[in-house]
This record gives sequence, structure tokens and C-alpha cells, in this order.
Amino acid sequence: MSLRAPLGRVLGHGSAKEGVQHWWLQRLTSIALVPLGIGFVASLLTLPALDYATLVAWLHQGSTALGLVLFVLVAARHSQLGVRVVIEDYVHGGGLKALSLVIVEFAHVLLAAAAIFAILKIALGGRL
Amino acid sequence: MPERPLSPYLSVYKFKYTLVTSILNRLAGLVLSLGFVLLAYWLVALAGGARTYAQARALLALGIFKIVYALMLAAFAYHLIAGLRHLIWDTGRGLDRRSSRRSAWWVAALSIIATLALAYLLLRPGAYAQ
Repeated sequence: MSLRAPLGRVLGHGSAKEGVQHWWLQRLTSIALVPLGIGFVASLLTLPALDYATLVAWLHQGSTALGLVLFVLVAARHSQLGVRVVIEDYVHGGGLKALSLVIVEFAHVLLAAAAIFAILKIALGGRL
Repeated sequence: MPERPLSPYLSVYKFKYTLVTSILNRLAGLVLSLGFVLLAYWLVALAGGARTYAQARALLALGIFKIVYALMLAAFAYHLIAGLRHLIWDTGRGLDRRSSRRSAWWVAALSIIATLALAYLLLRPGAYAQ
């Protein structure tokens, strides 16, 4: 048992108020992904074909583009939070763990940005 | 740093439904994360124009991706339903042993039904995946 006072032990270790942020954001994104995920899959399943012209026309609809941007944004954040925990739990060794975390965090931002840019480029571009 | 016991330490746990439902949810999440890479690639190829998209489509039609899509369907169904179970747990309900055992069976049954329904919708006569 340590003889240090409880206050002395916590001072300098930051505020505890953000401890649940990861947990909270994971719940918020999962609630949002229920309608967004079902909507995305349902919308994709109702398409008559997956050829270029059909998909471009599909993304020219405002509701599709908006829904897809939201889906990509929220899914990327949710995935980022989830994969991060998996790495924290199963990748051992300081260097490898840190490296995987950096790669995964960067990859999520890059993929989300590229996907959203692609959606907007098609949605705001000219019709065929 | 002193050597401390690590958790989750899979190999020392008894194989029970609690472990199975939990680890499957993680695995399904990881599969969907990999699916996100495919989604981004597909959208970027589409934005690249008709020729780029045709090339990407030929690549994504390779046999190996059939397995990937099947896994993604199952992962989507399982992660969605098991995730809803987690959200109900977060309200403090259904955490006792009996309810959690019962909801584990519900998750298994519903996700199998949902996976089969999705597979049917994709492969039904006239669907594009034919």
C-alpha cells in the first residue's frame, strides 16, 4: 500500500472528464449507423444494375449522395474507433502497437476523404 | 514495466457463448472495416470515369471477391444485430445470465435469417449479381 495521498497520485494525470469519450462516440456512431447502414444496403439492392450509367444517375440524386456521404463519414469514424481497440488489445510491443495505430488512424481519414471526394465529384459533376 | 496479466487473453478462457458472441462481433467489425476499403476503392474508381470503372469492375468480379462479398453480407447482418443487443445492454437491460443467454440465441437466429435474406435479394432471378 502506498502512503501517498489520493490527491497527490492523481495530480498531473489530467482530468477524468474525457474518459468515456471513446465509449460515447462508439455508441453515437453505432446508433447513427443503424438507419444509415440499412439505407445504404437497401438503396444498393434496389438498383437495376451496377453499370457506370446507372450508378452515376443514382449518385446524382441528392438523397443518395447525402446519405452516402453521411454513411461514409460515420462508418469511417466507427471503424476507426473499433479497429483502434482491437489493435490496443491484440498487438503487443510498444513500437509495433504505435505504428499500427498511426497507420490505421491515417488510413481511415484518407479513405473517408477519398470516398467523400469521389461521391461529391460524381454528384456535382455533369450528367452523362 | 512489470509483466502483468493481459486481457483479453483468448487462449485461457473457457469457450462459451458469451465469448463467441463477443469475438464474432469484433471479427464482423473487422470484416466490415476491410469492406470499407473496397467501398472507397469502388467510389474512387467510379469518379475516375467510365473506363476506370470498367477496369475496377472487372477486378471486383474476380472469383475471390465472391467469398469477400459473402463474408461481408454475413458480417453486416451479424454486426448490426449484435450491435443492437449491445445498445440494449447499454440501457442496463438484459444483462442477467438468463436474458443474455436468450438474446445470444436471438442474435444467432436473426443474423442467419438476415444473411440468407440478403443473399436471396442479391441472387434472386433478375438481380444484378446474377
